[in-house]
Amino acid sequence: MSAGAVTVRFHGWLGRFELDARFEVPAHGVTALFGPSGCGKTAVMRCIAGLNRLQDGFCAVAGDVWQDARHFRPVHQRPIGYVFQEASLFPHLSVRRNLLYGHPSTADAGTIRFDEVVELLGIGRLLERSPRNLSGGERQRVAIGRALLSQPRLLLMDEPLSALDQMTKEEILPYLERLHETLALPVFYISHDMAEVERLADQLVLMRNGRVLAAGPISRLQADLSLPLVMSKDAAMSLDATVVGQDPADGLATLAVDGGTFLVPSAPVKPGERQRLRILADDVSLARERPSRSTIINILPARILNVSETSDHRVTLLLGLGEQGAGARLLSRVTQRSWTLLDLKPGLDVYAQIKGVALVRRTGPVV
Amino acid sequence: MSLNVSGEIWQPVRLTIELASITTVILLVVGTPIAWWLARSKSRWKEAVATLVAIPLVLPPTVLGFYLLVALGPSGPGGMLAALWGARTLAFTFSGLVIGSVLFSMPFVVQPIRNAFEAIGDRPLEVAATLRASPWRTFWTIAVPLASPGFLTGAILGFAHTVGEFGVVLMIGGNIPGKTRVLSVAIYDYVETSQWTEASVLALGMIVFSFCVILAMTLIEKRFARLAA
Repeated sequence: MSAGAVTVRFHGWLGRFELDARFEVPAHGVTALFGPSGCGKTAVMRCIAGLNRLQDGFCAVAGDVWQDARHFRPVHQRPIGYVFQEASLFPHLSVRRNLLYGHPSTADAGTIRFDEVVELLGIGRLLERSPRNLSGGERQRVAIGRALLSQPRLLLMDEPLSALDQMTKEEILPYLERLHETLALPVFYISHDMAEVERLADQLVLMRNGRVLAAGPISRLQADLSLPLVMSKDAAMSLDATVVGQDPADGLATLAVDGGTFLVPSAPVKPGERQRLRILADDVSLARERPSRSTIINILPARILNVSETSDHRVTLLLGLGEQGAGARLLSRVTQRSWTLLDLKPGLDVYAQIKGVALVRRTGPVV
Repeated sequence: MSLNVSGEIWQPVRLTIELASITTVILLVVGTPIAWWLARSKSRWKEAVATLVAIPLVLPPTVLGFYLLVALGPSGPGGMLAALWGARTLAFTFSGLVIGSVLFSMPFVVQPIRNAFEAIGDRPLEVAATLRASPWRTFWTIAVPLASPGFLTGAILGFAHTVGEFGVVLMIGGNIPGKTRVLSVAIYDYVETSQWTEASVLALGMIVFSFCVILAMTLIEKRFARLAA
């Protein structure tokens, strides 16, 4: 157990479901709990909050022990914020009184201030309304604000977007990203939507059948060909890149990662900004020689590091960019036939042709 | 039929309102923790306790009245209690009527409050706990306000049922003017003594009262159903 970490060990039965979850992740940034529904993500989060109690459990957050063999701190004494799948606003209180319900009443009201949260979440004009008259997205924003104002030291979010339609999701995601940028608050985030995870998460806890398959930085888990992530149709790699510049004429931004640079069409960005890129394995094809004339603008030298066969006559390759393949990792998916025809094998240097690079979010301010 | 109604007709009305008011207040105080426990507990004894509370619903009032008479009498616990202030018995006293009414009307108050607590579900209480609210604060600021329709229904039903009770009162209270002679007994008494005018005034009053109670209940339910939607 380290001081700057969230350490979790829960073992036991919840009804007829056996949970055996152990992991340790840094107590900063966004940690996504990811896995198919029914795999125990919510159970883990409820145990961390103290809403469920497993006899054989241990939970410590940044050196503070919340549960061990002898102690169990009740929910209302844990410095958490919990955002449930449904907003669960108190229907008999106005939006303002909902927001203030968990807000400390002392003069020194903590570091997360009312006005800031209202501004951050854009809920200023809703304050005097009743929760009954809010849209789904507005309700969820108020619920997030209410959790933040209780001055948590760990924010737990259980699929806060899953009850919302795609348009409303797109309306809330930017707020979550701003939250991530402005507050140095560790967040646990449950999702079964990998695109959401790739956009928000720094660390990933991969779960299946009540067990933790792997936990660690998201790009490390994505690059692990032994994990089920790689079998997914949308297998992708998230890369954190730095903006080098942007051509005002055609809008192409140059973004540097370890071992290479990408040109990406983008809204205006500033040099020095950190941006997260997402590259689908399906969008990366390979060539043994550098193609001379191609519409694909991102062609980078890379080395094949590893390979995993999938059942549909295709293989997924792990590539390393740069010298000796020591730089950033990429996934590429090619057919079994191409693999054989081009005589590809681990250790071989190739050219990765990247058809699509998506900028998914700004991960940091200009440095 | 003469319309000269004797003035004493108001005495049972006053006494009944007094009895029903005190009973309702006691029932809200006693019934709320019972209803909360029945709604939230996972104890396997809970349905047995719920049944015990509900028994007056099916028991002939005379049976409950009989046991109460024994219990409140000089050799029962009620008598011992009465001995503390020098009385011999709680039977045939106003206090005895209150005790009887509380037991007899208990299910009418506990049941709606329990249902209202159950209807809240776990979620709002969990949310309050994650916002640092102690169980005590959660109860008063979340559970009670959200269950308020149940409290209102329980109070109205408890009050109305106490006004309407007859058997228990007759068994343990008798018919002492100003002390235990409540409305239902008074009507019976007026009929016995052929005072038809008094009997019909009180009977008509009860019909109007019952009509208002049921109408009020329906309107409350409709109003809250609309608010909850």
